[in-house]
Amino acid sequence: MPQDINIVIGGEAGQGLVTIGQLLSKALVRAGYEILITQSYHSRIRGGHNTFAIRTGTVPFHGPRDTIELLVALNAETVALHQGELASQGLIIADAAFAPDSAAAVAVPFKELGPEKFWNTAALGLIGNLLGLPADLLFAGVEATLGKKHPEALAINREVLDHGYQWAATRITARHFTLAGGIAGGNRLMLHGNEAIALGALAGGVKFCAFYPMTPSTSVVLSLIAHADLMGCVIEQAEDEIAAINMAIGAAFAGAPSMVATSGGGYALMTEGVSLAGMTETPVLLVVAQRPGPATGLPTRTEQGDLDFVLHGGHGEFPRAIFAPGDLEACYRLTQRALATAERYQTPVFLLTDQFLADSSRAIAPFDPEQIAPVKAGADPASAKAPYRRYAITENGISPRLLPGVSEHLVVADSDEHYEDGHITEEQPVRIAMVEKRLRKFAGMKEEVLAPQHEGTPDAELLLVCWGSTKGPVLEAAAILREQGKKVATLHFAQVWPLIPEQFLDLLGSASKVVCIEGNATGQFARLLRRESGFALPHRVLRYDGLPFTAQYIIDQLGQVPAQGENP
Amino acid sequence: MTTIEQYGKFDTAWCPGCGNFGILNALKQALVACDLAPHQVLLVSGIGQAAKTPHYLNANVFNGLHGRGLPAATGAKLANSELTVIAESGDGCMYGEGGNHFLAALRRNLDITILVHDNQVYGLTKGQASPTSDQGFVTKTQPHGAPSAAFNPVAVAVAMGTSFVARGFAGIPDQLADLIAQAIRHRGTALVDILQPCVSFNPVNTFKWYKDRCYELPAEYDPTDRDVARRTAAEFGERIPLGVLYRHDKPLFEEHFDALKQGPLHRQEVSRTAFRQVLEQYR
Repeated sequence: MPQDINIVIGGEAGQGLVTIGQLLSKALVRAGYEILITQSYHSRIRGGHNTFAIRTGTVPFHGPRDTIELLVALNAETVALHQGELASQGLIIADAAFAPDSAAAVAVPFKELGPEKFWNTAALGLIGNLLGLPADLLFAGVEATLGKKHPEALAINREVLDHGYQWAATRITARHFTLAGGIAGGNRLMLHGNEAIALGALAGGVKFCAFYPMTPSTSVVLSLIAHADLMGCVIEQAEDEIAAINMAIGAAFAGAPSMVATSGGGYALMTEGVSLAGMTETPVLLVVAQRPGPATGLPTRTEQGDLDFVLHGGHGEFPRAIFAPGDLEACYRLTQRALATAERYQTPVFLLTDQFLADSSRAIAPFDPEQIAPVKAGADPASAKAPYRRYAITENGISPRLLPGVSEHLVVADSDEHYEDGHITEEQPVRIAMVEKRLRKFAGMKEEVLAPQHEGTPDAELLLVCWGSTKGPVLEAAAILREQGKKVATLHFAQVWPLIPEQFLDLLGSASKVVCIEGNATGQFARLLRRESGFALPHRVLRYDGLPFTAQYIIDQLGQVPAQGENP
Repeated sequence: MTTIEQYGKFDTAWCPGCGNFGILNALKQALVACDLAPHQVLLVSGIGQAAKTPHYLNANVFNGLHGRGLPAATGAKLANSELTVIAESGDGCMYGEGGNHFLAALRRNLDITILVHDNQVYGLTKGQASPTSDQGFVTKTQPHGAPSAAFNPVAVAVAMGTSFVARGFAGIPDQLADLIAQAIRHRGTALVDILQPCVSFNPVNTFKWYKDRCYELPAEYDPTDRDVARRTAAEFGERIPLGVLYRHDKPLFEEHFDALKQGPLHRQEVSRTAFRQVLEQYR
């Protein structure tokens, strides 16, 4: 019998819920269980209501769940806000001071378990016992986290952890949530989406990143910085996003595979730079982690509302590609692919994610360091003829890109329209030739587009179309509906630009009903699909309340999907 | 030995009598004086008549966006610190559109040179006030006179402890060439603010106007004395000092990055052994 337990730890920012959550997650992974972590937090440093949710058990999870088996409440507000989401037999673990008067409540006398500073550790021991994890495994995580910085605090932490563990063993009689033996190997990596992107960037050969901090993209850069010295990377916090993209372009011009990471508002400032990369034909990777807009919107929540913007941001016409990974493995793989595409076609390439994917963690099979293929910047100067022409007109539009200072050839790049040698011109025949040369690169990019992933039978009664991070919840919803006897298929796009209708038009046409599921209010991807393929998708399940999709949300909404007219 | 012929001769899009011609010649002379071959040099500019300068001599060139020359120069220098990187643009580009980048660049102290063609007016957009226009300067867009106070770039640079701060004048080419050469040789961020007339759009700050006011700092002037430099840099009006206003050594920005100890980034392979160690941290 597969197990599926949803644990939600709630409290104020600064109460340590992330610490408990992470230590518990590590122990679960080491014990061989699957996990999926989702975090919900406010845009503030202390206070507010935050949650750290761990879905754990013996089968892989691809999305969060709405109902809760174990609610760990660090304050009374958590009880009030989430009591209604409790599953049958679900438990509320709370301090005796504010535990509700309910059969589901376990009132814990934390005061008796240890000093207040260590109540987190007591809670960890308590939950660990309830789940059936060994105390030593729980403490190993505490040791690894605290050991170096505060070795003096280890003894007291062990004592309090054991008190919590013992209290649960002797006082909690409801034992519905003891996990059976773990099935997965203990050799896995525990990552969130932004860490997977950073690892993909390092594997893909990134040597330079400039950024201005912006939630939910910042942890991409934090992860790069953590490994910068070891991996030989330069990471610079720029004065603003305009500087960040221009620095990345300057660094890429001079030979460092380069990237930036930002979110909607920061991307808005970068758009002139995106156009510059298109015109100067400089490879650059932009990671855009979406959050709900307009303007500052909901800074710490999730949405897929910037597809149109990322597709069109940047004036003028030039080729680009947009990847939208659906899971952690794709974050790692597609970041490398995006870097290679940018270098090959000398143009800006995007990785479009969102807060849900950025912050959501899972344990996954380890990446193979022997399988990486880092990009090599620039062409070999030995084969270039003098005088070197940076923008030589070629059949496929790609001009061999030399790096400045590496040979005696002079490399001239210009944001103005330019001759083949890079110098400024306004001559019309040259203008026409250069526009066409840049756009010819798009033909090559189209030949390399990742086909959308189709699961299920082609003649399904219901085809669920999605892109990016919505993949997991859609797959889960489809699986549930299939168990109910429905013929359901899914089609997930991990590359949303360019779109190649031949790859998917038959699949769209052969299903009885097609519903597009995406995290925005206007059905941006559905409209893009129609524009590119002519196939209309009037049936949509949309979400724009700042929360990630869940399988249950999708199923509930599918029951009441009206056909929608064209959006504004 | 590098010769001035290696830097070539090009047709320009400048007005006859423009101060840019003197600045271009001074730049070439300075590069020759520093014995730099064209392929060792990267000129990075923004947009404007001054920002076209890199197109008129042989060198590597990155002619980017208006106001954004300095970030591109910063990225390029960090990627390849063996390049001699010179950011060159006008007063509107460097001090107006790119003002935030100007301040940030002075704080960083990369080993780059910043040349600013300062004619106190916007030329390419046909005569609006620039950040360095005198307050009250009348234009078609500021018919009642420029309402804002003028930005004094050298005073700001000295106040920020910039490693090398100089002012030159396009009308004294030999001194200007020497100042640019000193700036290139200086280890650290070196600013040369270069006064020049705009023959088309600035009828006030003419060649004669500058000639009557500019004076060269005397031989006994000590550019390492910051208090003196502060007072001297603030002087702009009836008398305008030319020369190296302030100079001191401070740690290079590049030294903060471990990766740069191994040379240019394009030469550094990605180590699979190192990447394996990185992955271990996520177990």
